[in-house]
Order: sequence, then C-alpha cells, then structure tokens
Amino acid sequence: MKSIKLLTTTATAAVLFAGAAQAEETMTIVSWGGAYSASQQAAYHDPYMEMNPDVKIINDESSAEAVAKLRAMDEAGNVTWDVVDVVASDAIRLCDEGLAMEIDPDEHLAPAPDGTPASEDFGDLLVSDCFIPQIVYSTTFGYRTDVAAWNGNEPSSVCDVFDLEAFPGKRSLEKRPINNVEWALICDGVDPGEVYDVLGTDEGVDRALAKLDTIKDDVIWWSAGAETPQRLADGEVVIGSTYNGRLFSVIEEQDQPVKMLWDWQVFDLDGWIIPAGLSEERKARALDYVYFATDTQRLADQAKYISYGPARQSSAPLVGQHAELGIDMAPHMPTDPENAKTTLLYNYEFWADNRDDIDAKWQAWLAQ
Amino acid sequence: MTDTTANGAAGSQPDSGPMLAADGTPLKVSLARALRRQKLRALMLIAPLLLFIVITFLAPIGDMLFRSVENNIVPETLPRTVVALEQWDPESGEAPGEAVFEALQADLLIAAEKKIHTRLGSRLNYETPGISSLFRKSGRRVDDMEQGPYKPQFLKIDEDWGDVEIWRTIKRYSGAYTAGYFLASVDMEYGADGPQLKPEDERIYLTLLWRTILLSTVITVSCILLGYPVAFLLANLPLRTSNVLMILVLLPFWTSLLVRTSSWIVLLQQQGVINDTLVTLGLVGDGGRLELMHNEVGTIVAMTHILLPFMILPLYSVMKTISPSYVRAAKSLGANDWTAFWRIYFPNTVPGIGAGAVLVFILAIGYYITPELVGGTSGIFISNRIAYHISSSLNWGLAAALGVVLLALILVFYWLYDRIVGVDNVKFGG
Amino acid sequence: MADGAADEYIVRFENVQKSYDGETLVVKNLNLNVEAGEFLTMLGPSGSGKTTCLMMLAGFEPATHGEIYLKETPINKVPPHKRGIGMVFQNYALFPHMTVAENLAFPLQVRGMNKADAETKVKRALEMVQLPQMSGRRPAQLSGGQQQRVAVARALVFEPDLVLMDEPLGALDKNLREEMQFEIKHIHENLGVSVVYVTHDQSEALTMSNRIAVFDDGIIQQLAAPEVLYEKPDNAFVAQFIGENNKLLGTVKSVSDGVAKVDLEGGGTVEALAIKCGAAGERTMLSIRPERVLIAQEDMPNRLTGKVVELIYLGDHIRCRMEVAASKEFVVKVPNSHAHAALRVGEETAIGWVTEDCRALDVR
Repeated sequence: MKSIKLLTTTATAAVLFAGAAQAEETMTIVSWGGAYSASQQAAYHDPYMEMNPDVKIINDESSAEAVAKLRAMDEAGNVTWDVVDVVASDAIRLCDEGLAMEIDPDEHLAPAPDGTPASEDFGDLLVSDCFIPQIVYSTTFGYRTDVAAWNGNEPSSVCDVFDLEAFPGKRSLEKRPINNVEWALICDGVDPGEVYDVLGTDEGVDRALAKLDTIKDDVIWWSAGAETPQRLADGEVVIGSTYNGRLFSVIEEQDQPVKMLWDWQVFDLDGWIIPAGLSEERKARALDYVYFATDTQRLADQAKYISYGPARQSSAPLVGQHAELGIDMAPHMPTDPENAKTTLLYNYEFWADNRDDIDAKWQAWLAQ
Repeated sequence: MTDTTANGAAGSQPDSGPMLAADGTPLKVSLARALRRQKLRALMLIAPLLLFIVITFLAPIGDMLFRSVENNIVPETLPRTVVALEQWDPESGEAPGEAVFEALQADLLIAAEKKIHTRLGSRLNYETPGISSLFRKSGRRVDDMEQGPYKPQFLKIDEDWGDVEIWRTIKRYSGAYTAGYFLASVDMEYGADGPQLKPEDERIYLTLLWRTILLSTVITVSCILLGYPVAFLLANLPLRTSNVLMILVLLPFWTSLLVRTSSWIVLLQQQGVINDTLVTLGLVGDGGRLELMHNEVGTIVAMTHILLPFMILPLYSVMKTISPSYVRAAKSLGANDWTAFWRIYFPNTVPGIGAGAVLVFILAIGYYITPELVGGTSGIFISNRIAYHISSSLNWGLAAALGVVLLALILVFYWLYDRIVGVDNVKFGG
Repeated sequence: MADGAADEYIVRFENVQKSYDGETLVVKNLNLNVEAGEFLTMLGPSGSGKTTCLMMLAGFEPATHGEIYLKETPINKVPPHKRGIGMVFQNYALFPHMTVAENLAFPLQVRGMNKADAETKVKRALEMVQLPQMSGRRPAQLSGGQQQRVAVARALVFEPDLVLMDEPLGALDKNLREEMQFEIKHIHENLGVSVVYVTHDQSEALTMSNRIAVFDDGIIQQLAAPEVLYEKPDNAFVAQFIGENNKLLGTVKSVSDGVAKVDLEGGGTVEALAIKCGAAGERTMLSIRPERVLIAQEDMPNRLTGKVVELIYLGDHIRCRMEVAASKEFVVKVPNSHAHAALRVGEETAIGWVTEDCRALDVR
C-alpha cells in the first residue's frame, strides 16, 4: 500500500491542472470516438450545454482503455473523468473493483413519459448496480454480395460462416473467444439454450475451438471495430463480424456491396458509469447530465445518428429517420423484430467468471 | 611530533603514519573535505533530473514490478479467514469446517460494507474461474445472514463454497506475497505436488517469448542488412547530398506510428498495392495472392521499416568517424575493394552495428501496436499479452511478472552481448 | 624522350591536370620525373596541389588530364591496390583493430605470402624501426613516434620500389620530428627505395631530400636539390618560402651581363644578379639571405646603412633586426666572434653584401 501512496503523490502534481480546470464548470465525458461520439454530441451534449450554458463538456475518447485508466486514476487518488461510456462487461468489472458508483435507477434516472419508473423502463438491461444502459448494439455479420465463387448464393445463417465449401473466402473474426465460441457451438449442433452450460466445461471449450479450427486458416482476426468494415470494403474478406452500427455505415453511408446477416447476432449493452469518489459537486453535475441524457426522448434521438437501439422500452416508438440520409431507422435497429429472430444476449456473469480461463485456452489455440 | 604538525611539514615523515595537511588533519580527510563542496555543487546541478527520473521513472517501474509478487489483497480482505484456514488441510478432501465459515462471514461483512469483496473476487478469479461471481453473490447476501452456524447458509447461497478447489485457491493465495504470477508467466501453475507446467492447451507465454526473441532477432538482422549500405552512403556522400538523404531517413520519425503501420496494411494486404502489382504483372495469379500480412512476414516488414532509423543513426555516426585513410591504406598495401572493406572497414563499424543492434532489438522486443495490427496470430509478441493484461483483463500482477521476465531477458541478452562483443565496443557516436 | 633515359625514372607525370569542380585547376599541367632511388619532396603551402599529386600517384584521385607513368607503364587505369606503391599517411592510418604485427602482416597476407615468411618479414621490419618488442600491441597503445615507425615499417614491409609519404611527421613534436627525419632518411639510404615525400615544412624538406619540388598554386615553382633551392631560388616565392629571406623592393635601373642595378625604394642603389627581374624600369624584389649580409666592412660593392632595431642573442650567432631602406624586417645573422664589435639597439651601422649573394627576382 505504501507503494501506491508513492504513486499517489507523484501523480498529484500531474493532475493539479486538471483539478484547476474543474473549477470552471467543465465536465469530462469519456466515450469511443468516431461516429458514435458524434451521435452523442448531437443527441446529448449539445442540447445539454444549451440548457446549461455554464457547463462545458470536454470529450475524451478513451473508452477502450477505460477500465485500466480508471484503476490507475483511482490509485493515483485523482479521478479526472466525470461520466464514462463503457460496455456492460466493463461496467460490471468497474463495479466489482469499486471504481464506479452505484446508481439507484428510480432515484437517479428519469421515469418514462407515462410515469413508468426507470427500473422498469430499462428492465433486464440494468445488468449491474453501477450501470446506466444507453444503447443496445449487436455483434453480427456482414458479407459481400459480389463474390463470384458463391455462384449467386448468399449466406443466410451464421453457420454459413463455418461453411467453406459453399462460401469460400477469408473471414474476419474478433480476436477474442467471446461470441466466436458461442457461434461455433451453435453451429456444432449445441442447443442455443445450453451454450453456456456446455462452455462451462473444458470439453465444451475444446469443442468450440475444434469447430473454429475448421476455418482457422481462412480467418483474419480483428481487434478494432473498424477493421472488418475496412476489410469488407477492400475485398480483403468476404464475410466478417463487427458491430452492427459499423456495418450500417458501410452499407448505407458508403454504399458498399455489403449486406447484413442478423442470424444469431449477439446483443450487448453500452451505457454510462460515474466514477466512484467524485466530489459532491462533480457527482451532482454528473448525475444531472446522466438524468438528462438517458431520458426517453434523448435515447430515441441518438438513433437518428447511428443504428443502435435505445435501451428504454419507452424510446422504441419514438425512433424516427436518419438525420442525414432520411431513411427509416427502425428496420436497421438490431432490436427490430425482423432482425431479432435468433439472438443471443452477452452472458455477463459467465464471462466475468470464465473469461480469464477461456482466454488462456483461446490464446494458446491461436498461437498453435 | 607536535612540533612537526605545527610546522605543517605534511608528508615530511612519510613513514610515521598517514600524510597530514598543514593543519594536522589527515591529508585524505582534508582532500575529501575540499572535494565535497565540488561534489555537492555537481550533485545540485543534476538533482532536478535525478529527482525527475526517480519520481517519474524508477518509482513507478519499481511499483509495477512489485505488483508481480504482491498479494496483500487476500490477507487484508480476509484476515480472519486466512488465520482460520491455517488449520485446514486441503488434502483432507473436504471443505473447511464451521470455524472458517464464521471467520469468512465476519470478513465478508466488513468487506461488503467497504465494497472490496468483488475486487478480491476478481483477483482470485485469475486463479480459479467462478470465484468472481461467488464473492459478488455472497457479498450481497452476507448482510442478511442469521446467527450461525454459517456453513449451511453459505452453501445455500452457492454450493461452490463446499468445493475444495475454491478453498485450496484461497489458502494458497493467503500470503502477502505470491510466486503465482511468475509461475503463470512461464506457463506454470500450482499443482498437487507444487509448481508444474500448465496443460498443453493453455501454454502460451513461453511460445510467445520464444517468438518474440526470434522475430526481434530477424528484425534486427534485417535492419543491419538494410541499414548498413544506407549508413555507408550517408557517411561517404558529400555533406549537402547526405543531409538530404538524412532527412529522408528521419522522415518516418515525424510520422505517427499508426499512420506508418496503416500504410503497410494498404501495401501488404491481399488486395493491397504489392499484390495488385504482382497480379497485374502476371507474376502471381489472382487466386494465388501472397499472404504478406496477418502473419510474421507482416510484423517483420513493418517493424524493420519502423526501426530502421535506430540502426542507421548509430551506424552513421560511427562510420563518420572512420578515417577514409584506413581504406586507402589498405588499398595501397595491396588489398582489393572487398578485402579492404571486409578486413579493415567492416571491423571498425562493428561498434556501430552493436549499438544499433542493441537499440533495435530492445525496442523490437517491447513493441506491440505494430504486431497487433499486422501480425495476425503468428506475428504477435509477448508485449501484446502484457498490453492485454494491463488494459483488458486487468491482471496487472501477471502483466508485471511478464514485464519482469522481459526485462530479465533483455539483461541476459545484454550480458551475452557483453561477453561476445564487449559493451565497451558499443559506440553511438564519435 | 629517349628510351635509355626513361629507364631512370620510376615515376613520370606528363602534362597532368587535376580539377575537382570543373572550374578551377588544382594542378596545372604538371611535368615531373622521379628518378629511381631518389628521395623527392613535394613542398608547398597547403592548397598548393602537392597532396593532390601524391593522391593521383597513389591512385586515390584520377587525373583529369594527362598521364602518370610508373616505371614507364601508364597507370591511370590501374587501381591503387595493383600499383604496388607503399604509402605512409598523415595520421599513420594504422588499423586500430589489429595489433602491430597484424598491421604489418596485412600487406603480406593479401599478397598470399605464407605465414612463416610473413612472420620473418614482419620481424625484420619491426627491427628496422627498432620496435621488435611492440608486435603484440594495438596502435592506440603506442606513442605518436612509435605509431609513425610502425606506419613506415608497414609501407616498406612488402618491399615496394616506391614509397609515398604524406606529411608523415606533422603530428609529432619538434624533437621527435627531427629524430624521425634522420631515421627515415637512413632507411631510405639503406634500402635504396624511391620516396616521394609531401610536406609543408621546408626544414624537413631540406634535411631529407635529394630534390625538392616547390609547389605553389598548382605549379612547380622550382625543382632542384636543397642547396640549389636555398642558394639560388628561381623566383620570389621560392626565395621567401625556403629559409629566411630578406627582401628589398626597388626598380630596375639597368641590366648588363646578368647583373642588375636597382634603385631601392628606401633610397640607395645596389647591384644584384638579374635572375627574374625584367627590363629596366620594372619593379623587382631583391633577395638576400641573412647570413650573407656583412656588417661594417670596407670595400663592399653594395653598401647601405642599417639602424639596429632589435638584438637577440642566440649563442652561436646574434640575430639583429634592422631598418634598412624601406624594410623594417631586415635580419642579419651576426656570427658571435671577437671580430665583430658589439652592436647596440638604436645604433646605425654600415651593411653590405657581395653582388653574387643578392638575387633580383619578380615581385609578388
């Protein structure tokens, strides 16, 4: 602990400036950057600053390393972030580590316009005591429509990803076990309802990896969400997984010959956390912002700019048209009934317990 | 004797003890005193830098390295449980008795109050999967527990509390220090009879370590092969031309690493510039495009390019100091161009090669962004795993242990290098 | 040129020109013959072209125009390592990563000599330069003088007919330099090898050489034996450059029978040998060596009055600086003998010289 104190003192000087800046009513909001941050700017930040002219929002694009950075800030004893956009699994981790403050949805969040309390409006999506859901996104597949070797066929099932004979070509998959092993098991004949029971055993993991082995030589792995869309656009791969919003932008905004394959898309959540240990003043402001930014209308507004589904049930009917393209956004939402015939929801508890273990096997498998 | 000292006849009696200064103090003391001021002043000049290095470099590194063995979280969060567990023998095959559960209840109550039980759960989950949710769940309910006995109540929350494996893990990691991270960093774990290798399908770090060394060596050798002629050219061209060339060499330094790596992606990918050119020229068929990235080739090519300046600069500065008269002398003595180069010029550039190689190798061994982007699965380094454990899995202890292994590796290489080439032979410049 | 005469020459420069930038000539139309066994020195200030000539001869610089012959073979297209010329460099250029013995063995190795023979030769060469005990050392462990000797030994160990030396003693202190001068001279005499030696130090050149080529501005100003250069300089540059010289400026009054009458600028008329002074009415520089000036003697053809400005006692002679005619730097070396009355500063005295000792030269 002494060593941590040492770190604390050394880092204090470095963050003094940040501390000074806080006095001028600035609020640092951390998010993912790119189109996603832009949608938040338009739907949340701009209207909020209009309503509160004395608050200035500073954007930080560190969400990818948010957990590690928050832990480091916490150890240094000076947290400079006010509101942080993270995926649900990270929120759970931050909550476990005591790095995020607990939120009482009915006390801190706006009820739906019809008076339904927030806890009901968000429902099951409140996966952690610290997590304020914002959007539902999914990890799913996109494929090129102009592959000559497919003889005019198009993949219709996630298992076509594993079918090299009917659909030859390079695949782009995420360089982590999550999602990939679930799909592998489903396509290996495991009942989708029992996927996590199977995965909980060593044999189940081996079975998933064995299935993935059949396409391993044709897989290019990705670690950043932008990689698959780029590879699809370049023709470097013929099919690949990524976030559905990224594919929307390739298909609708960039007009590439790419189509969505929604089969067994994996829902995941993204939302806000407020770091633990903020001063009362900063905490109040952060809560005020979050109350505003997660109300029914605001969540529906964000869908004008990006094709992610709002986390409130009450927002769904309010989703309208894309702000620039003018197309209806509802059919592009992962939650649209037409798209959500077969879905998985990211199993937070399972992965919190088993991620380290399966990841070790996964890495060993990759390195073979 | 007093007389001599009073006269200040220092050194007039060399046989009668230490030399004395004029005032009778030993000459050595006197000299040290005179030099102390000078030393203090010199120290004051470097004090700001020294302080800066200690605070911003040595202390954080030391702290990070300390994490590779530190395990305070277990004894601090579960002080009573740890003591109670001392009586329990894991070999008994049964979960501990009520005494341990009573201690656990007391510890967990306080921990849940402070909200640190989940943190302990994440820590122990690195060792045995499932502990994370076990603690999260139990921490939530420990508040509502009734007066003992506690064992059945815990088993009711989760039957995993009756699992010997869970308790074995807690007992094993109950000390304030642990070698567990270091074992993990070399693909080992605690087994029934002490440390043993992990099952084959979970071994990764030794493979990665070996690959890191191998690829770094290949990259270093490529840098020598490509950098040597360039440095030679730079050192021997007229100043005006060599300055322009030098700017070209340094240009990559002024471009962001990501941009440079991304340009390599554009060049190397299967639908990239190089493959397109080869197909257009008819050298390869459209179906047989070469795999130049997402494997070790990509890592080697991109990293050789990125690290090349670190080879060229020390080589250049050493070559610049080699008088052209050496080669002329060799030729006048009858050596042809090749002999003059190989027997005379080349040996004199070895210190530059040494400096460049050390620099490139050490930089290469710690790289992770470029391998991550172009290395696929077969071209990634151990640093990629360190980065993963720092930013994704938050297993900083393992990351620190891997860092120590890497550091030790570099020191071993440095020692080897010293034995083979001699560190005195390393020159970064004239 | 007659073939018989040609055999005598080990090196022949024929109309050689050299330019680095294509605009100015560093060496202007050089013609020079080096006789076998000769010690020839190229002497001149820096930038005079002497080193360039040496480099062309060694093969490190190509001649821009003209041809160089080595034993009557044109060598312009022969690479340096096939010329078989030994060379001693300014900073010795001993290979720092090799021991003394390895340095010496290098030229023998590249010639494919077997190890035993090479060792014998190296040993003999080291004995020649009196360093047999140093064979295992690195150059950096040797003193400047020792390095110099090794460099000489290395240039000679493969028994070349010709050795080039590029200011080899420039980095040594004065005493060592003088010692080495004699040593090199003796080696040359003992081995009978031809030496082309470059230096800017005229006393070095005078000490060692059979002949000296005085370079200036890319031209050989005079090529002659040391004593000739000193006693009979052909022009003002050589007179000034070699040894100490008194110069007096004046105008030629008349020339007859090789003797010029000259009106000095400070007043007075003297006679001098008309070497390069032009016709009557032209300006000229008179050159007379300090030791040839006579003081306070009767019946001298050329008499002037000098005022003593400074006296420096140098043991064997007294160096007397005087004001003579328009020159304040007129130096006379007065032998330290009873015959000479002691001079005093401020005193005026008569000086003079014999006509043969004074040369009327060009004005530069």
